[in-house]
Amino acid sequence: MAGNAVGLGNFLRFPVQAIQNGGGAFIIPYLVCFLLMGIPLLYVEWAMGRFGGKFGHHSTPFVLDAMDKRKFWKYIGVFGIFTNVAVAAYYCYLESWTLSWVWHSVARDFAGKTSDEVAGFFGNYISLTSYEPIIFWILCLLLNTWILSKGLSGGVEKAAKIGMPLLILFGAFLAYKAITLQAGEHNAVNPGTLGLSFLWTPQFNTIFEPKVWLAAAGQIFFTLSVGMGSIQCYASYVKSKDDIALNAMSAGWMNEFVEVVLGSAIIIPISVGYLGIDKVVEMTKSGGLGLGFKTLPYLFEQWGSVLAVVCGVFWFGLLFFAGITSSLAMGTPVMAFLEDEFGWKRNNAAWMFGFVVLILGLPTVLFFNYGVFDEYDYWAGTVSLVVFALVEIILFAWVFGMDKGWKEITEGADIKVPVIFRYIIKFVTPLILGWVFFASLPGIWDKIKNVDIDKQILAATDPAVIEQLQTQLLYVNISRIGLVAIWLGIAYLVFVAYKKRIKEGRFTS
Amino acid sequence: MNTSALIMMVTTEVIISAITFYYFWKVLKTPAKKEPDSYSENDEVKKS
Repeated sequence: MAGNAVGLGNFLRFPVQAIQNGGGAFIIPYLVCFLLMGIPLLYVEWAMGRFGGKFGHHSTPFVLDAMDKRKFWKYIGVFGIFTNVAVAAYYCYLESWTLSWVWHSVARDFAGKTSDEVAGFFGNYISLTSYEPIIFWILCLLLNTWILSKGLSGGVEKAAKIGMPLLILFGAFLAYKAITLQAGEHNAVNPGTLGLSFLWTPQFNTIFEPKVWLAAAGQIFFTLSVGMGSIQCYASYVKSKDDIALNAMSAGWMNEFVEVVLGSAIIIPISVGYLGIDKVVEMTKSGGLGLGFKTLPYLFEQWGSVLAVVCGVFWFGLLFFAGITSSLAMGTPVMAFLEDEFGWKRNNAAWMFGFVVLILGLPTVLFFNYGVFDEYDYWAGTVSLVVFALVEIILFAWVFGMDKGWKEITEGADIKVPVIFRYIIKFVTPLILGWVFFASLPGIWDKIKNVDIDKQILAATDPAVIEQLQTQLLYVNISRIGLVAIWLGIAYLVFVAYKKRIKEGRFTS
Repeated sequence: MNTSALIMMVTTEVIISAITFYYFWKVLKTPAKKEPDSYSENDEVKKS
């Protein structure tokens, strides 16, 4: 499970979210969200999954359905399938960059380039100046689908037992190099510690800004795979006598260690060291997840040609490995739903998952520069997770009830779960999560109305820029319609599955 | 690096590291449960 939780979010998404949300202004809400939302929700999702598994349910629509008599919960569970499909749609593209950067490191394509040229290399790549990004993306998608179809995810998890420690060790080495980076050394313009100061200096003036809290909660859920339905799917196969509490805590804290201790100490110090804070902030405004691809190859090149290749292959290769364990976990709940409800064979379910991800992911590849990738990340990788987490904690704590819920969390536990979590789950998490969501509604509404893009159009004078922004508006709106259509399509499948269950006399609430 | 950032970083990282290693140690020290458990992928393959 730690192999699933540790992924590209730790090393690539966390630094970008931190920079986009003001560095030190982000870190306090982020840590609060981890303690008061992330940890309680890990307990809750593991418990929900194992409870649903007792009735043979392995996907969230019917896991939620088993927890209460009311019929609508299964449609809330649609989020647990939707998020996996929608996140996988852009995550696979991100994953394919790591594979491609392994190739470019071997081919020495970053050799002799300035830091700006290395950053520009990524810009050209995602602008599709060649077919290469599409080829790597398709390759990545095929690999994921093939592994899922052959049931080889277990083999990948076994390999992760070697790959993950290697990634952590190499991450620690890079963190050391980043923190000790000095201005003037290896062509750096700032010391690496300037980036750390930017991230860790607490800023209390923006601490109650809902946008920052929404981003912090979204990052915590994304990184812990909470609010996605994949934990419930995994836990649904755990027997009652077996532990879930220690599993949840060990995976959650290990993930946090990798993210906060290592993830914060690599890309931010290196990017700020070579490019300066202002430029890094500017670079993360659009397509921010590419930041590590724009900066790290330049650092590696400063260590000589042999080390540049070794480090490039090692780092991006291990990141690919971390990414694929996570994307495979995204396929599992979707396949479980198709297998449980429609009796599909694993092979067919895997190829259907691959096909949907291909169709839904295509706009993120073709129209990356029009903000479609970021749009998916906002709606599926942030808002959807927060919405699902809010509803599921209300279901667990207030509808299913804390007496039954607490029994489910502690049953077979290998650790004594601190009793304070009983009250945190019942009162604190729903309240704080509710505040984050409702306080963010005006910002979400502005996003729906494209207020930011409209402002940019009004301020622009160059006709070419205005045209670009208007095209962006069009693609962004189409991508949202696509996401809504996928959600509705899954909801319809849940409705069909429900009717099928009634016809067959199978258990529903 | 300024003092408030340093204090914030060191405190956070020490706490997170300590709790992570505590749970890691717990996982290593917890005795395995009777088979069959939920983790068939960890089972040793029986030799025929």
